Amino acid sequence: MDWIDILLKVVYAVLVVVVTMTIAGYSVMAERKIASWIQGRIGPNRARIPGIADIPVLGKMLVQLGIFQLPADGLKFLFKEEPVPAHVKKVYYNIAPCLSLVPALVVLVVLPFGVYYVDGQAQPLVLANLDIGILFILAISSLGVYGIVLGAWAGNNKYSFFGGVRSSAQMISYELAMGMAILPVFMWANGPTGSLGDLTLFNVVEAQKDLWLVFWMPLPAFIYLTALFAETNRLPFDMPETETELVGGFHTEYGGFKFGLYFTGEYAHMVIGSAIFTLLFFGGWQFLPTFGVLPDWVANPWASWGWIGAVISVIFFIVKMYSLMVFFIWIRWTLPRFRYDQVMTIGWKYLVPMALACIIFYAIFIAAWDTFWTIENIPAVIDQAAP
Amino acid sequence: MSKVVERKPLTFLEKTYLPQIIGGLKITLKNFFRPKVTLQYPEERPPIPVGYRGVPTLVRDPNGREKCVSCQLCEFVCPPKAIRITPGEIPEAETERAHVEKGPEDFEINMLRCIYCGMCEEVCPEEAIFLQDIYSVVGTSREEFVNHKDKLYELGGTLPDQHYKWDKKKTAEERAAAGGHH
Repeated sequence: MDWIDILLKVVYAVLVVVVTMTIAGYSVMAERKIASWIQGRIGPNRARIPGIADIPVLGKMLVQLGIFQLPADGLKFLFKEEPVPAHVKKVYYNIAPCLSLVPALVVLVVLPFGVYYVDGQAQPLVLANLDIGILFILAISSLGVYGIVLGAWAGNNKYSFFGGVRSSAQMISYELAMGMAILPVFMWANGPTGSLGDLTLFNVVEAQKDLWLVFWMPLPAFIYLTALFAETNRLPFDMPETETELVGGFHTEYGGFKFGLYFTGEYAHMVIGSAIFTLLFFGGWQFLPTFGVLPDWVANPWASWGWIGAVISVIFFIVKMYSLMVFFIWIRWTLPRFRYDQVMTIGWKYLVPMALACIIFYAIFIAAWDTFWTIENIPAVIDQAAP
Repeated sequence: MSKVVERKPLTFLEKTYLPQIIGGLKITLKNFFRPKVTLQYPEERPPIPVGYRGVPTLVRDPNGREKCVSCQLCEFVCPPKAIRITPGEIPEAETERAHVEKGPEDFEINMLRCIYCGMCEEVCPEEAIFLQDIYSVVGTSREEFVNHKDKLYELGGTLPDQHYKWDKKKTAEERAAAGGHH
């Protein structure tokens, strides 16, 4: 690899992180706005940046929408006094918020967020197209809980501690269901109909040209979505910070920018979680599923448009991802919080067995499909797989 | 006669809670598009009901004269001891009020202590102190929250009233001096 390539990769990486963090930041704004709209309020509509807000009509609209709330919040977090309570374990206390943000950002490396074509061959827009994509994601994203547990421990009080312990128990339970819900997807994507036979997310998206998997595998999609809610500590699963019982949960002792880091980490986790869900079940950057009937161009109408098509594919991916974020927020203001034993019951007694049943069902089905349909119809597909 | 309501066992679909969750989502979505009910506070003010107990103020009589005679009843009755009155004489120059016994030299109400109970208004024999509809008290220092006499009269203004105790006394005195009887 040339040093130019390395430099380019670094630039891409910085771009991706900046965009993701911005989206995460603006999700906070979206959360506040949508929450207020659902509750019959107007929400943040005062923060203004003089230059931009003075543009005649647009400026006023942006102020009303609360677009400038993010810089205001950011500045507040930066300049707020940051007390370090006397009873905390200083080193861990300072490390913990970073630890909760870093895994969320590392996962970005293997997320394909768009597609471009070289000589008619689809190439993913991704920082590193690892063969073990989804394993990497599962491995790294489960590290996020260390930040929470460490913060809870360092906080050195019982409320934060309970929050941390609950958080780890919940993560472990739902990680299991999540991992198992993904298996049918990869069985399907890597059957003889799929091409390369590995675990990259790019393959999964390519395999969804005919049918988005949410239609074909609604139950795994549902299990995955539920597990995602629990993993990202969103309501109705926000056990780690239940304000009613635990004051603030694991971040009771945190304030200022450290709390901000936790907050951004949580939202970055949400952004990336919904990105993965989009890739696995919603056909990634593809326009519409063809259902095997419509002509092929429906899946990627902009395939031949060069770099413009690539940009559109990224935009379309972000649109899908963001609608899922809106759904996250919408659910938050609809469902009440579960009790902790209910959370555990749903996780272990319903989701895990359901995911197991799904694996068995889809394994049998896909095996039968491959044996009796695909192999007979496309006997040469295995040879094509070898590059 | 009690009516027994039979509780049906939940169907499978109901046990999954999914229809209920979808129903809930529908309701929140409907709320999403409803007109907003928020009051835009600094621009829009809420209507204040009659008899609202806001900031205590001093009022002048319809002739523009101070009504307070610094009897200190309000100071005495005030539960949190927010009122302090420095009694003073009526200045010689004010011939208009020469017949009134006393007037306050200074009258301070500490809004950091005031609990808006309205007992000062109740007890005032001159109807000089009123709790009016001002409800937002702001300031950046403790000193700003102590309302002195000028501020209190500025806030209070003049209220229509029928209480002309000192005028009546004056006319009575004048009549007596003229040899009449009362």
